[in-house]
Parts: sequence; structure tokens; C-alpha cells
Amino acid sequence: MPDPAAEVAVPSPPGPAGGGRAAGSRLVLPRADWQEVAAIFAGGALGTLARAGLAEAFPHSATAWPWPTFGVNIVAAFLLGYFVTRLQERLPLSSYRRPLLGTGLCGGLSTFSTMQVEILKMLSAHAWGLAVGYIAASIVAGYAAIHLATALVRRVRVRR
Amino acid sequence: MSILIWLAVALIGGAGSIARFLIDGAISSAVGRDFPFGTMVVNISGAVILGLLTGLALGHDEALLAGTAAVGSYTTFSTWMLETQRLAEERQYRKAVVNVVISLVLGVAAAAAGRLIGAQL
Repeated sequence: MPDPAAEVAVPSPPGPAGGGRAAGSRLVLPRADWQEVAAIFAGGALGTLARAGLAEAFPHSATAWPWPTFGVNIVAAFLLGYFVTRLQERLPLSSYRRPLLGTGLCGGLSTFSTMQVEILKMLSAHAWGLAVGYIAASIVAGYAAIHLATALVRRVRVRR
Repeated sequence: MSILIWLAVALIGGAGSIARFLIDGAISSAVGRDFPFGTMVVNISGAVILGLLTGLALGHDEALLAGTAAVGSYTTFSTWMLETQRLAEERQYRKAVVNVVISLVLGVAAAAAGRLIGAQL
């Protein structure tokens, strides 16, 4: 495990090489690109395993509430809101944390396509109320999860 | 179920996540980051592919690997919600609503179109 301090990308001073980038934009060391991809792969593998495991453990009919997808999506939204806010506003720039935890883990854990096919199957089965309820609950809970996680990180920051 | 299947789920999930990262990045750098087109393109294209796989009526393991693992990890709900919340936070309410509504409408339509095509194959 390398020293975390060594992973911190330091914004380069104004000059021909780094002067064009605005402060706050994502700075990734060019030589760390392989590490970024490896981090996304590792996080994505883990998130996908968890999501697929839950989907296999709790199978459901097309007209039942899709708890596995709903659950992973809301949990992933909360985690992503937490990670992204904390990494952007709290911790020093890192070349591997965002790809590992955000793009990889949360991206792999959550899914949009499965949700759409589940909605399609509900509509095909004429379960209109279920489809509308599933859509509304996913959007409201997903949005609230991001909002809550973001507020939580920011409140901790203010207190310090 | 064999351990090999789960190993494949993990490897395919990692690859799907990298595909999402690359396509999102390519779209975002091409059309700009004022609106999250990258995630939208990833999600809609994933919905059409998963719809197609659903229409094909694959076996259990095939559906797990190609659908749940590959397309499931390629698309993302969490980033879609994060980008929507960040737009609303910046008071870009119209863009936030458009991002939710268009993704949903196109997503279900894409899944339906994919399933239709898959059933014909």
C-alpha cells in the first residue's frame, strides 16, 4: 500500500503546463491514469458483485416491488453523495479515491438499465400504480439520499 | 452456482464500469459539461441493450453475466441522481427536471425498443 500522501495531486503553479486549469477542476496526474482505470475496475467489480448477489438472493416477480434494485440504488446514491462531497470539499485531491469509490463502487452498485426494464415489465403487466410508485420512490429517495449525504458532510466541515 | 460465475460477474462488472467511465468522458469532453449528456447517453444506450437481452430470453447464467453484470454496471443510477441534485443546487431547476424526465422517458422507450428487437432475433 503506497503512502496516501504520495497519491495527492498537487495543483501546478500557473505556467505553460498547468496554468490553463481552473482551481477546483479535477486534477489527475497523467502518469496516474492506469491507476485511475485500475481503481474503477476494482470498485466496479465489488459494487457489481454486491448488486448481483442481492439480485440473486431476492428474486421477485415482475409485479412485485423490486427491493434489490431499489435498495442498491438508494444506498449507492447516499454513498456517492457522501464520497463526492467529502472528496471535493473536504479531503486533499486524490488520484484514486474518486474513481475507486465513486465511479467504480457506487457506479457498479447502482443501475439505471435494470430499473428501466423493471418499469417496462410493470407497464407490460398493466401494473400502472406500481410503476408510477416505483419511479416516484426511486427519484425522491435517490435525490434525498444525495441531498442528505451532502448536507451531512458539509455540516461536519462547518463544525470543525 | 459456481465460484467461476461470480468471478466472471466481478470481472465483467469492473469492465462495464470502465466502459461507462470512458464513454461518459468522451461524450462530456465533446459536448461540454453544462448538462450531463455523458451519463444520459450511457444510461439510455444501456437501457436499449438490456431491453434487447430481455427480449432474447437468455438462460439464467447468460442473463446474469450479460444483463446484471455487464449492462447493470455500465449504467448508473447514483451518478444520474448526483448530477440532478448538483444542477438543482446551482438553481438550474429546468435542467435538473429535464435530466430526470428525459432519462426516464427515453430509458423506458429504449428498453421497450430493445425488447422488441430482441424478440425478433
